[in-house]
Amino acid sequence: MAKNAGVRVEMPVQDPLIRRTNFDEVALGYSEEMAKEEAARCLQCKTRPCVDGCPVNVQIPEFIAAINDGEYQQAYESIVETNVLPAVCGRVCPQESQCEARCVRGRKGEAVAIGRLERFVADWHLEHSKSAADGFQSNGHKVAVIGAGPAGLSCAGDLASRGYEVTVFEAFHTSGGVLVYGIPEFRLPKHIVEAEVKALQTAGVTIRTNCVVGRTISVDELFEQGYEAVFIGSGAGLPSFLGIEGESLLGVYSANEYLTRMNLMHAYDEAYDTPLRKHRRVAVIGGGNVAMDAARCALRMGAEEVSIVYRRSMVELPARVEEVHHAQEEGIVFNLLTNPIRILGDESNRVRALECLRMELCEPDESGRCRPAAVQGSNFEIEVDSVIIAIGTSPNPLIHRTTDNLDINRWGGIIVDEQTMQTTRPGVFAGGDAVTGSATVILAMGAGKIAAQSIDDYIQSKAQETQEA
Amino acid sequence: MFTIIRKKALNNDVTLMEIEAPDISRKAKPGQFIIYRIDEQGERIPLTIADTNPETGTVTIIFQQVGASTKMLAALSEGDSILDFVGPLGSPSHLEGIERACIIGGGVGCAIAYPQAKELHRRGAAVDVIVGFRSKELVILEDEFREVCDNFYITTDDGSYGEKGFVTDRLKALLDAGNVYDEVIAIGPVPMMKFVSKLTKEYDVKTTVSLNPIMIDGTGMCGGCRVTVGGEVKFACVDGPEFDGHQVDFDELMHRNSFYQEQERGHACRLTGGMANG
Repeated sequence: MAKNAGVRVEMPVQDPLIRRTNFDEVALGYSEEMAKEEAARCLQCKTRPCVDGCPVNVQIPEFIAAINDGEYQQAYESIVETNVLPAVCGRVCPQESQCEARCVRGRKGEAVAIGRLERFVADWHLEHSKSAADGFQSNGHKVAVIGAGPAGLSCAGDLASRGYEVTVFEAFHTSGGVLVYGIPEFRLPKHIVEAEVKALQTAGVTIRTNCVVGRTISVDELFEQGYEAVFIGSGAGLPSFLGIEGESLLGVYSANEYLTRMNLMHAYDEAYDTPLRKHRRVAVIGGGNVAMDAARCALRMGAEEVSIVYRRSMVELPARVEEVHHAQEEGIVFNLLTNPIRILGDESNRVRALECLRMELCEPDESGRCRPAAVQGSNFEIEVDSVIIAIGTSPNPLIHRTTDNLDINRWGGIIVDEQTMQTTRPGVFAGGDAVTGSATVILAMGAGKIAAQSIDDYIQSKAQETQEA
Repeated sequence: MFTIIRKKALNNDVTLMEIEAPDISRKAKPGQFIIYRIDEQGERIPLTIADTNPETGTVTIIFQQVGASTKMLAALSEGDSILDFVGPLGSPSHLEGIERACIIGGGVGCAIAYPQAKELHRRGAAVDVIVGFRSKELVILEDEFREVCDNFYITTDDGSYGEKGFVTDRLKALLDAGNVYDEVIAIGPVPMMKFVSKLTKEYDVKTTVSLNPIMIDGTGMCGGCRVTVGGEVKFACVDGPEFDGHQVDFDELMHRNSFYQEQERGHACRLTGGMANG
């Protein structure tokens, strides 16, 4: 047993003062000893509440038991039975509100660090595996998946393991979706995503990059080309702006633009051609994980001061506690109860300040969060030369606009039957942020899995009908 | 990888390339664009499609060397390949119902104006073309334009070829002479489009312009290409790139397009090791 079973084994991290100047991964991962010590804290409950807390139902007690036995390959196999991106999920899942929130250990102390253990196993595998050809056996049916992000990859992986010939159509030049354009290198190294995508390709998934469904090819044409079902996992890529004065000034970015330049296009690296201006004082508007990511990127680009501007208080911040904590350690300033009302420019149209109002919290609203109200006459300016807007994204309308009989709700999300992920058009399924609007990697993966099952049922029942006829 | 099938220098700064990209070639319509990336370190650069040949599966692009990425592209030869080539992006031009049009091209913008003239001509519309260049040695696509229009006018700023003056001078003369157009389509440098739009507004002639703002993904994701049109924010990559010239805030667009110029000038070109714009 561990020295103090109530406390989890700490994971080493880069020193905040050092890491704020580099793009290397912040959290360094468990060593074998640490993993074994932490694994020993698992009570192996019969009721397995943690598994129910996981959107893809990772067999958590099994994989932790395997770590305990030093059987890391077995632990890996146990995880990938239900989760095709373990190294990704071990890093970016909000475990504290999912599996770890249900951990019995958590009642009297700290929950077992399931995420850190998952990461350990996945990283161990990446380091030690010899990528053997998986011996993919086709069942003769073709499925098209739109978008190589978490939802699409999860759906594709599950379908390939059942013998489907899956082609993933990706608009960008690189697979991974938000994992490569959104989440920064220091939180999720790109070589990790690349390795997990490669594992899927080895397992029989074909990926076609540079193909924008809705432009290069339509959903109708996919069916004409012999795909029997289509899964739409095109994400929520459309950035929202505030609609306040000054949003077109130079130095105002959507978080999507800022992060895409940084992550997908490697703008922080001199060897790459994509430019990114260095700013001195940056305000990031929003309080989610994306806002934290953008703020921490801006800091690493050499900004003197980076602040989060959020209209509610610390407790309402939607970002993961760990991300907020990391941002604070690195010196990000939190301007809370602050609502931006106008961006001010200088004579050459560059951002010079952000005008804000102080807010106070009132009664909780229907979402349970306290509603902020402006304090009249409390206007003040924050001197900045850049404003990054990280207030959310909505589903990209491109596929909906170019596909008949595919209904969307008023937020632009594709309407599906939540049990099956079936859309309003037969043979077309959808899941992830394209349906829900921006949510988490793991929820998207869960939706992809459900859709894979439904697509399997759909194609098999159609094949049956054909046989009977 | 996408292979360069044909390369031709149109003038010292402007190059034509035919790229093998059958999927795009099959789908592209006038007004749409592609995004290319030369290699792993490259930027994503948007270029409007100048022509397509679905039979050979090629897409023609015509581009001016303005920065590191276009210089690197121009340095490639027939038979070489580029890493990424995606499209067709953007909304196609709305050419339905136009019976008589005046197409105006400025500089390398002629490459984008040409497919519009060609398509309108094919549809049987009467097409007048005005093209403008700084001087004679910069003239491109003259023969191509002459083949697809009824009246062809060429202006140069210094008078070294055609009429001395700007495209707006010629357009004004045509309008004053009583020529009536269903639509003016103006594609070129932002100031040119601005002044054409200003002029046609006085004459109340519908005017379409094609914008080429800074963008990354070209699918509506980054919002970097936002332009103000009729007081509303639009994304040029999906809502455009063509807009009503009378509604576009050209001054804002000019500012936004200048954002990376200093950096571009200071950017050491990977190809020559020298300064890209120096």
